[in-house]
Amino acid sequence: MATDTKSKVGTGVGIAAILIWCLLPVAWIVSLSFKSQDAVTNGSPGFFPSSGGGAGFDNYQSVFQNDEFARSILNSIGISLIATVLSVIFATLAAYAIARLEFGAKTFVLTTALVIAMFPVVSLVGPLFDMWRTLGIYDSWLGLIIPYMSFTLPLAIWTLSAFFREIPWEMEQAAQVDGATSWQAFRKVIVPLAAPGVFTAAILTFFFAWNDFVFGISLTSTERARPIPAALSFFVGNDPFNRPASLLAAGAVVATVPIVIIVLFFQRKIVAGLTAGAVKG
Amino acid sequence: MAAIEMKNIVKKYGDGFPAVNDVSIDVADGEFMILVGPSGCGKSTLLRMIVGLEDITSGDMVIGGDRVNDLAPRDRNLSMVFQNYALYPHLTVYENIAFPLRLAKMKDAEVDEKVRAASKTLDLDEHLERKPGNLSGGQRQRVAMGRAIVREAKAFLFDEPLSNLDAKLRGQMRTEIARLQKRLGITTVYVTHDQTEAMTLGDRVAVMKRGVLQQLATPRELYEQPVNLFVAGFIGSPPMNFLPATVENGQVTLPFGTFPLPAGKAERTQGKGLLMAGIRPEHFEDVSVIESGEVDSARTFKAHIDVREWLGDQQYAYVPYEAEAKVQDQLKELARESDSDSLRTQLVVSLDASSKVAEDSDTTLFIDTDQMHLFDPSSGDNLTVGL
Repeated sequence: MATDTKSKVGTGVGIAAILIWCLLPVAWIVSLSFKSQDAVTNGSPGFFPSSGGGAGFDNYQSVFQNDEFARSILNSIGISLIATVLSVIFATLAAYAIARLEFGAKTFVLTTALVIAMFPVVSLVGPLFDMWRTLGIYDSWLGLIIPYMSFTLPLAIWTLSAFFREIPWEMEQAAQVDGATSWQAFRKVIVPLAAPGVFTAAILTFFFAWNDFVFGISLTSTERARPIPAALSFFVGNDPFNRPASLLAAGAVVATVPIVIIVLFFQRKIVAGLTAGAVKG
Repeated sequence: MAAIEMKNIVKKYGDGFPAVNDVSIDVADGEFMILVGPSGCGKSTLLRMIVGLEDITSGDMVIGGDRVNDLAPRDRNLSMVFQNYALYPHLTVYENIAFPLRLAKMKDAEVDEKVRAASKTLDLDEHLERKPGNLSGGQRQRVAMGRAIVREAKAFLFDEPLSNLDAKLRGQMRTEIARLQKRLGITTVYVTHDQTEAMTLGDRVAVMKRGVLQQLATPRELYEQPVNLFVAGFIGSPPMNFLPATVENGQVTLPFGTFPLPAGKAERTQGKGLLMAGIRPEHFEDVSVIESGEVDSARTFKAHIDVREWLGDQQYAYVPYEAEAKVQDQLKELARESDSDSLRTQLVVSLDASSKVAEDSDTTLFIDTDQMHLFDPSSGDNLTVGL
């Protein structure tokens, strides 16, 4: 009994410590975003805005009234979603082929994918900058979607092929005997069963695209395609030597909200043990 | 419904090893055919070739008069129950059963009618809205069968459908399958390694070993007239006893003594040197439980009972004996081929339940040499088949 209480208390303390460690910066940004610019400049310690230093939702209002920022949110959402959808579709097909078909280039594809995933992002920025200008896709959505896909596909392929390997062969064979074409078997049986994997891959891809800064700042020059992380860095206000910290904080919070929503939405789809009951044992 | 004809079917894998070698089996329309054999004998491969999940290296697969070698599984219109059921876990029981109908683009009302009929047959009505993950092994098995019977397939194929169930459920489902097949009257091919299932379910049974068909016959014929040592040893539980034997002057000499042999059998086996005698456990009896007038004293012998297993309706007694090395090796080889293991050379005899034989004691046993088979030890052929 005593050890039971002890371990419960220990678990609680541990969880609290981890939560504080992870969420304190987030909470601080939220607190900052509600302080007025003056309060920040004058130095306003303390978590809650001191009396008179609060700005209410003023900062958020200015963020949304800023056209450049609004546009960058749209860019980020559009680019990340398109990159995610395309990447997941390609990865699903590629991973299925790798998991199920026998072909010579299988190990080659997998190792190449791994090598690409290990490539430092920065080393590719220069060449891409040159190529994209020649091809005329510099500062465009496409110009960002392509590198995002090439960096997220390997991970998505590895994740998904692991999921596909877990699905018993018999499922497909049963579908084929029941009268399905290979495509029908894939669509009606394999993909629904691999759904947790598909959503895992989707989250990872979306993360990468949403959080990317290097490509975002190097391959764009105007608000036409500039995503949020890059836009935030251009968010200097009137005085370049006195950056509007509270406004930036509000922008950062706005940039964080979509990813939290999307992760919560996808996470619900990642139901462990979906294949339970398919086969005995 | 259709007949299935397999003509000289061969399956070779990449390394040239024939998993199925020149097998020809005709399954008549409505017949219940069993493919049985130890693991690795090619029975499952053969079944998968019928359904189209495995390519046929050579030979003809004819279903309902059409050669189907090059047809995809979906074009063969057969239904199959897999060993691990292969239910679709993301669909309810209802949708699992309806799956083949939906693929056939059948109207909803018709689907509903057929699914309800199948679920009624299999007593699944109360589970229709559940997911397979929440069902017990026996229920999953029934769902898999439901998916098979819901459409009008030309034949049912079963790949060891009962091997994942516990013993009691297996017995029930065995009866259930037999009843269902009789009622639907549909051609059925059933793969199993369990010789009890093979004997009880099949109209005819095909015994296979290492890709080669050994014997294709009714269960009774397999049991009473096995064509070779392998079939004799594989069919029957406990298995047939094999003893070294020589036949001279109408008498057979076994390690326990010399006994008279029926003239027909003696004639065919006379002077052929060392043979292998096969005799089933139930063809022995404790002399003390037979009425004294009926014992042919020439066919009795003294035996030392080592262990006795009393089962209520009968009992098994074990009589160890010494055999020469050559015979021992052959018995070991035989046991290995049928997936079992023989640790010692011993005779298993099945005695009447009323027999009072004691363990570790001597007793007099009767041997019914009329029922004995004699095999050529090198080829394994039964020399007394049909007698």
